[in-house]
Amino acid sequence: MKVIISNTSDQPLYQQIKEQMKEAIFSGELRDGDPVPSIRNFANDLKVSVLTIRRVYEELENEGFLSRQVGIGTFISTGNLELLRESKRRVVEQKMADMIKDAKALGIPQEELQEMMDILYGEE
Amino acid sequence: MDNILEVTGLNKRYNKFSLTDVSFTLPEGCITGFIGANGAGKTTTIRAILGIIGRESGRIRIFGKDLEGNERSLKNRIGVVFDDSYFYDELSMAEMKSIVAPAYDKWCEADYRMYMELFKLDGKQTISTLSKGMKMKFALALALSHKAELLIMDEPTSGLDPQIRSQILDILGEYMKKGGRGVFFSTHIISDLDKIADTIVLIDSGRIILDCEKDVLVDRHRRVKGDISWLDNESRAMFLDLQATDYGFSGITARLDELRRRMPDILAERPDIEDIMLAYIGRGK
Repeated sequence: MKVIISNTSDQPLYQQIKEQMKEAIFSGELRDGDPVPSIRNFANDLKVSVLTIRRVYEELENEGFLSRQVGIGTFISTGNLELLRESKRRVVEQKMADMIKDAKALGIPQEELQEMMDILYGEE
Repeated sequence: MDNILEVTGLNKRYNKFSLTDVSFTLPEGCITGFIGANGAGKTTTIRAILGIIGRESGRIRIFGKDLEGNERSLKNRIGVVFDDSYFYDELSMAEMKSIVAPAYDKWCEADYRMYMELFKLDGKQTISTLSKGMKMKFALALALSHKAELLIMDEPTSGLDPQIRSQILDILGEYMKKGGRGVFFSTHIISDLDKIADTIVLIDSGRIILDCEKDVLVDRHRRVKGDISWLDNESRAMFLDLQATDYGFSGITARLDELRRRMPDILAERPDIEDIMLAYIGRGK
């Protein structure tokens, strides 16, 4: 899994790390049952605070992407697939919203955008 | 999560200097960097925490216990490193070690040998012939060899070259891999903290100015750059620290969103701890 921290992003550190871990889960790079690094090791490697990693793990756990087993460790969990799909959809929706904003700013009407989308979707 | 160290309302008065209501915490599993200008009160605070100097008021709790009445048992669990080492110059390191070791119930000879080897120190060498970096490594080896759960260090990296500093920081990172521990260290080499600290405590003129998670502190601030013609009095007031030249401005702010609304084209970067510290305590002009 790659985690790259940007110094120019407006996103807080924990969010940058969390998003990249989620991407690795969506892409299948991190799989159900994979152990995640210990908080201190991960923090040392990324040169961030243990409190930041703790927050990342807590939020991912709350969102159902991690499961913590006391005394054993913390593991990737993709058990809740519906949730996963919903999140994937949200990622795409977010990108579409950006795209629509750009299109509006450049004066491209909805029909033309739709056409562009159809062409590109077919090409892929 | 429990706190390893809790200082509440610490007051200590001298003729020309005083610590005023110093309060902060060191959470379990964290490395806390204690920063401030020379003479801001770092060493005095550390000495008061360790009971080396008295205090007028305030409570100091270590591992949830008051320092008073538990001094002996608590000190067994603390490793201490000072800037000016308290060693006898004419002794060898091995002799010095045999003076220090009996003071601790849980002295571990194997740990000591492991650190001496890691630091490439020869116990037979006389302390007066050691370089500053070697002395610091020896002090660290002593502090780490009695199963201490809390390390308190006063300027452990000052006067050391970057390579030795980075070695020491790695040792601290390694030390923290075991749970339930904490490190509290003062420094004026702020770049060390960017690498290793989890929380930051900033002291200025004997008062605590900030006590905050490091990443949250950085996330809350931005270095903002842009064209000086964009600035007006209101936006100037949104900076903690602002430098303007004919070519542009650069400043630290905690109010990025407001600034961006007023000046949409500004460039915003994450600042480092040093930028933030200087913004809070001033540049001394």
